Amino acid sequence: MESTQQKKLKILIADDSEMNRAILSEMLEKEYEILEAENGVQALVMIQEHETELSLLLLDIVMPELDGYGVLKVMNQRRWIEYIPVIMISAESSSSHVERAYDMGVTDFISRPFDARIVHRRVVNTILLYAKQKKLLELVAEQVYEKEKQSSLMIDILSHIVEFRNGESGMHVIHIRTLTDMFLRHLVQMTDRYPLSPTDIVLISTASALHDIGKISIPAEILNKPGRLTPEEFSTMKQHSLIGATMLEQLPSHQDEPLLKVAYEICRWHHERYDGRGYPDGLKGDEIPVSAQIVALADVYDALTSERVYKKALPHEEAVRMILNGECGTLNPLLLKCLEEIADRIPEELKNSRASGSNHREITDDLLHQKELTVSERTLQLLEHERMKYSFFAAMSGEIQFEYTVSPPVAALSAWSAEKLGLPETITDPLHDGRVLDLIGVENLQELIEAALSTTPEKPVMQYECKIHLKEEHRWMRFICRTSWSADEPPACAGVIGKVVDIHEARLQIESLSYQAFHDELTGLFNRRYARSKIIERLETRPNSKFALAILDTNKFKTINDTRGHDFGDRVLAYAAKKMLQSVRSGDIVARIGGDEYLIFLEYKENVQAAVGRIFSALTGEFEGFPISFSMGVARTEVVGRDYETLFHAADQALYTSKRAGDGRYYFYHESMQDGDSALSPIEKRNKTNAHAD
Amino acid sequence: MSLKECYAALGGDYEDVTHRLPSEKMVRKFVFKFLNDPSYALLESSLEAKNYEEAFRAAHTIKGVCQNLSFSRLFASSNALTEALRGGWTPEAEGLVQQVTADYQATVSAIRALQEEEGEG
Repeated sequence: MESTQQKKLKILIADDSEMNRAILSEMLEKEYEILEAENGVQALVMIQEHETELSLLLLDIVMPELDGYGVLKVMNQRRWIEYIPVIMISAESSSSHVERAYDMGVTDFISRPFDARIVHRRVVNTILLYAKQKKLLELVAEQVYEKEKQSSLMIDILSHIVEFRNGESGMHVIHIRTLTDMFLRHLVQMTDRYPLSPTDIVLISTASALHDIGKISIPAEILNKPGRLTPEEFSTMKQHSLIGATMLEQLPSHQDEPLLKVAYEICRWHHERYDGRGYPDGLKGDEIPVSAQIVALADVYDALTSERVYKKALPHEEAVRMILNGECGTLNPLLLKCLEEIADRIPEELKNSRASGSNHREITDDLLHQKELTVSERTLQLLEHERMKYSFFAAMSGEIQFEYTVSPPVAALSAWSAEKLGLPETITDPLHDGRVLDLIGVENLQELIEAALSTTPEKPVMQYECKIHLKEEHRWMRFICRTSWSADEPPACAGVIGKVVDIHEARLQIESLSYQAFHDELTGLFNRRYARSKIIERLETRPNSKFALAILDTNKFKTINDTRGHDFGDRVLAYAAKKMLQSVRSGDIVARIGGDEYLIFLEYKENVQAAVGRIFSALTGEFEGFPISFSMGVARTEVVGRDYETLFHAADQALYTSKRAGDGRYYFYHESMQDGDSALSPIEKRNKTNAHAD
Repeated sequence: MSLKECYAALGGDYEDVTHRLPSEKMVRKFVFKFLNDPSYALLESSLEAKNYEEAFRAAHTIKGVCQNLSFSRLFASSNALTEALRGGWTPEAEGLVQQVTADYQATVSAIRALQEEEGEG
């Protein structure tokens, strides 16, 4: 009942001839899952998409869009070539082609005509070879790690023998190693005076364990004497540093090992002092290797804070104070500063190191982290996991998500997004693609590109809103994008990732709210406030045009309301509004500014009388058997200037004049009306006075 | 007409192709597929449009397909045309285009003849 089928390995065939792809596919499809690309750009898109699952790429040289060499170039840039083997398939067999392809990291060549057995054999061999290489790499790493663990173990045993004889706690070596490591790591942050690589630091910390091996040849009575040493005993004791160094020097093999060289320095010189008053050689200052200087400091600290047969342990603070005061001999001032800066962390770190038994870092661990090795299996798994997570969330979010790379110019859409937009998942040269242009619009796309180009590596995120043409419907969308940048100097924009959120409903709601804020509900005309701002804007933006502002009052509106009711009155108002809109040009402004009062603002060239007369007579008529007429006052910018309030006031005075002359007339404002009364209803008058008082 | 006779008619190498590809069935399948290959039409249209870069690629593709199917005669002429177009138009390309056209027509009619006979049988 075996239902899980072994997943087939994937092979990508990139060849512009469908026939050739079909022939290769037929030869391989039994054992492998075949993906096909018909040009170089498509091949790159598919490699990106299936990066971690591709076992092999069969690559043609001559292809449209981007040829095989172009594909190899990008594969080298992105380091795909390190773990995706490439076999060239080509009719080009001149040696210069072959050589160039090999230089670019190609594993093998299959030339046409294809022989089924040869193709099959080469494909299998290449895939096996890569799989084997990957395994070997892991094996080697494991062995190095194992070997290192063993040599660390040997060092530990050796130094514990010394300690044991020495009657020390057994923790001394661990403490020295931890302190040495801490001092070194902090020192390289403080100064570049000592160029130490991460590997050097690991070496010195490891070798520090051997600093006292010379004590193995010092008589136990002296080593473990509870009281003060006599001068003779002390000079015997002092020999341990030179003895340790000599032991290492006389080792029959391994003389070239960096670890041995560092251990020699430490053994010989860890009792030297910065002022030259140490032993055995009386070296001064930086004549003493930094490794030995650091171990000396660690040794002094641990000696002070540990219990010995001849002394009690001192508290941490006191030990640090004594060292800084120079009570334990003169040390490098830079190291003292280093001690001072990390002193607070020392007790905690030592406690941790005791708990874990041994805290030294393994060299392989460091190498694996510090150096760029080829992509490991684990990295690929992590990457695959991220990819899965990403596509899951992308599908869940209901957002359109895209990725665009500048070189080659390709846009990739998530599956859901492509479906939603009616576009393919990958689009070559999308900025010039008709389907993309139709969707976004040429001008919008231009603005979007400008917005993207205005970002910087420091501020790479931008937003842009526009209407896009989505399946027979224009909808408002918000682009939220992040640009990525090359490592060049100056950095160049390498691509954009982004999402597109549908904000149509929200945007419409805002538009409807603003419509309500600007329009009169009953007639749909502008309200007075909005008309005012529109007129002021018009006056400012068209300084050379002539305008007329007319105020109209519906004659006998009170009678209409009283005899036919308010509903009818409302319908009369709406009818009048409609007539006004019909009788003006589209650019003119019509507003309802009070109960039965209206405003018309129009631009004119020559004969304003004729225009106004035409509008006025168009408005006079009847509505459902009821005669409708207006009184109107008009003010012209030519006469009163271009200040809105002055224009409005003048039109109001002209209206007053026409009302006094009897309903159904209109007057143009002239200076004789200057101090006349207002025709507007009281509330309008008050507003106007306020405006003037400002 | 057998596949072998068809190969003889279009100037191909039957021995070679059956040696390289796993079965006669597969050879037959791809020989028929050749009728639908768009490369020759692309060659014609790109020559007409004087797009010699694309014409080069089309000739190159024909050559590759012929190589794979052991269509030796059409391979020879398309190979020569490919080289003549590699750096753009050259005077000798003129004659080679005519040669490729003649060889292509001959190849196509041989395949059609085989197809029709099979259709009847």
